[in-house]
Amino acid sequence: MSLVRLLCALIVSFVLAGQIVKPVYAADLASALTRFAADDFTETATAIDEIVATQAPQAEPILSALGNARLFVDMATKKVYWRTAAGVVHDALTGEPVATPPAPLSTVRVNNRLRRVLSNAIGALTLMAPEPERRRQVADAIFRSRDETALPVLEEALKAERIPAIARVFQQARASILLTAPASTKEQRIEAINVLRDRADMGAIAALRSLDAKSDAETKELAATAVTAIEGRLRIVGYVQNVWFGLSLGSVLLLAAIGLAITFGVMGVINMAHGEMVMLGAYTTFMVQEFLRANAPHLLEMSLTISLPLAFLVTGLIGIAIERGVIRFLYGRPLETLLATWGISLILQQSIRTAFGPTNREVSSPSYMSGAFDVLGVSVTWGRLWIIVFTMIVFFMLLMALKHTSMGLHMRAVTQNRRMASSMGIRTPWVDAMTFGLGSGLAGIAGVALSQIDNVSPNLGQSYIIDSFMVVVFGGVGNLWGTLVSAFALGIANKFLEPLAGAVLAKILILVLLILFIQKRPRGLFALKGRAVEA
Amino acid sequence: MITQYLLSRFEKTGIAFIVIIAAMAIFVPLSNLLLPTSSPLHVPTHIMSLMGKYLCYAILAISLDLVWGYCGILSLGHGAFFALGGYAMGMYLMRQIGTRGVYGNPILPDFMVFLNWKELPWFWYGFDMFPFAIAMALFAPGLVAFLFGWLTFRSRVTGVYLSIITQALTYALMLAFFRNDMGFGGNNGLTDFKDILGYSVQAQGTRATLFFLTALTLLLTYLICRWMTITSFGKVLVAVRDAESRTRFLGFRVEHYKLVAFTVSAALAGLAGALYVPQVGIINPGEFAPANSIEAVVWVAVGGRGTLVGAAVGAVLVNFAKSWFTTGALAPYWLFVLGSIFIFVTLALPKGIVGTLKEWSTRKRAAPELPKAPVAQPAE
Repeated sequence: MSLVRLLCALIVSFVLAGQIVKPVYAADLASALTRFAADDFTETATAIDEIVATQAPQAEPILSALGNARLFVDMATKKVYWRTAAGVVHDALTGEPVATPPAPLSTVRVNNRLRRVLSNAIGALTLMAPEPERRRQVADAIFRSRDETALPVLEEALKAERIPAIARVFQQARASILLTAPASTKEQRIEAINVLRDRADMGAIAALRSLDAKSDAETKELAATAVTAIEGRLRIVGYVQNVWFGLSLGSVLLLAAIGLAITFGVMGVINMAHGEMVMLGAYTTFMVQEFLRANAPHLLEMSLTISLPLAFLVTGLIGIAIERGVIRFLYGRPLETLLATWGISLILQQSIRTAFGPTNREVSSPSYMSGAFDVLGVSVTWGRLWIIVFTMIVFFMLLMALKHTSMGLHMRAVTQNRRMASSMGIRTPWVDAMTFGLGSGLAGIAGVALSQIDNVSPNLGQSYIIDSFMVVVFGGVGNLWGTLVSAFALGIANKFLEPLAGAVLAKILILVLLILFIQKRPRGLFALKGRAVEA
Repeated sequence: MITQYLLSRFEKTGIAFIVIIAAMAIFVPLSNLLLPTSSPLHVPTHIMSLMGKYLCYAILAISLDLVWGYCGILSLGHGAFFALGGYAMGMYLMRQIGTRGVYGNPILPDFMVFLNWKELPWFWYGFDMFPFAIAMALFAPGLVAFLFGWLTFRSRVTGVYLSIITQALTYALMLAFFRNDMGFGGNNGLTDFKDILGYSVQAQGTRATLFFLTALTLLLTYLICRWMTITSFGKVLVAVRDAESRTRFLGFRVEHYKLVAFTVSAALAGLAGALYVPQVGIINPGEFAPANSIEAVVWVAVGGRGTLVGAAVGAVLVNFAKSWFTTGALAPYWLFVLGSIFIFVTLALPKGIVGTLKEWSTRKRAAPELPKAPVAQPAE
């Protein structure tokens, strides 16, 4: 990506350097423009050629105005003006808009011969436009239209083109014309097939399929194998794309489920309010952004970094309050815990709805989260990439915290044998509160990330709660690695089923498969073994 | 004779419940139809419909109590069975519209014409017959519950795992029914009903009859569930609830007991749905929403689980409170109330209203109180 940016910057600086020599062709332009006043078709044709040769920035608007009968000559002063589609009149020589155009203006007339000259000239101009992106667009348009008349211009432009990537697009456009043009030779066609095979996309397949039916068997054979090769390649790209989307969905699932893996997996507490913790995290991000926008707009880019610890704190504290206020009275009664936390989730949802309204709230994305880049034909968005990276960081930090801190040790001890841990002097109620706080805090930071890709509304949490439970149950309760594997497995499976069955049916299929899977392994993919299971 | 036998087996609350519901079944429709509107004892039609709706919820609650209160299966998917039954009835009502629909197609319901379907899907066959529709209202949820239960109970999925996958079940069904090409009207569901058995669903007489039938079904549901729980079958169910492993070690096929209870319960829930739809006039996939099923659980919890009567009382109370709240200026606060009910009931009133009342009355009778022996938690 940065390479492409660098390239763009270089190109722009070249173009800017070109601007310095601009006055040189101003004189040529002036002489070319005077030819329009002659009101003679031959003179106009010459003028068109000369205007193309000047490469002036206003050349294209002048010529398209000419084609649309919006180019005028003031016969008194011999000055030329063009009018845009919006009705603004510009001076052709300077390119500047004119506030009060002179009154008697006569339109420059064109005939059919001139129209043809004109369309080639415009094609040439745009194919040689200073902006590389514009040149690419025009070449792509020619590639799709396979317009034979564009061929001479295209070849001219190909000679002049210096950027290899764009020259390649020109070649491909030329190949698509040559392949279908009745006049082209067998060698030209075969070369064209090779060029198109390297392009390897749906457009290339379309071009190859439209190969002239009269061409000989060998060429047809070549085209057919090229189509097969491209299709094979596209299928692989499709798989890679699916895996990528699956990883992206999986990381979202993991992020939403990881806090649950702590509260449900480690503590055995069914926290139906987990989704609302995610939602609160997202609203914290919203609040932080609102605050920054009002007080410190220059920090807005940093809003997510600021939101993360805040969201962790806010939801963590709420989690601890819930644990101390409600859940601790319900240990050993998981079904009641489920109901009570559902009640909490209703209250939290309604509080947010009362405070912020039921509609979606706008959370902006910092610049590093937007945009996309291509890797071997797979489009990768920065936002998704950052979320995957962020999820992995959170996951491994959590793993480290559980393995290598004394708090983590206490948590694991309480999970494995509460009474023994208590006898060893671990304050189990305190550990419970902290564990629940940690799980809720993780949900909060998940909310910060999800605010970037989902609608921030009071219902945000509801859409994740069932999926999160499925991830934890599928992965095996009490096993973080299981949660990781199951989140990515479910994400990828979902994305592979989607093109076959549609998004909703894919989701239903996944749920049904999960229900069936739980029959086989009631305790998940990576179940805890031994006595701890029955406790 | 059977009634005599059963009556000898009822506690006071059960008899009171039977008497009250029977009285309602007779007097509410009569008062609606016969008394002049000016009379203070007259029950307006919309109130009667509302009460009919509550009674449908009460049937659902009793069916849920059978599995949760007596067998320890916390189903978070009973709303799905309710909705399936409702869809069966809705399909019958759709077929009765006939040429009176917007498109006037004698066979295809409007939404199918709209989707440009040419033929009736196979699963819509037979729904023009009322007995078939009622049979399906029992059979479809029963079959889903049987298959689901057969798979889960056999592999010993219990406790919260079971609850979570029942929730996934209703969620999956909701997503499925939201799809247009499922053939159940998609997002809009089934509505615009005209007739039931040739009588207009809007007519006062039909509504009174429906109310009567609902109250009767509620009684019947109560009797069935009561019978299932006081027989030796019921004792085993309770044993499964309290110590599943121990019951299995004693030689009972635990999964068979659970499966029977679950299937019967689902069929009853389906019947409740079938009675509900003609009274509210619409069935849509929103009925499958997991939140609805959880709400049904809280009705049972409020009334007292394992009491049957309590479940019905809870359903009526909570829904009455809901109607009262959501029609006034307090509407935005209903979820606060509902959430608080969830928390309050689980923390302070684990036995529910009826359960707590029963406990008081037995304690009064049993005074002077015996020193309580510590109850050992049975090993699983």
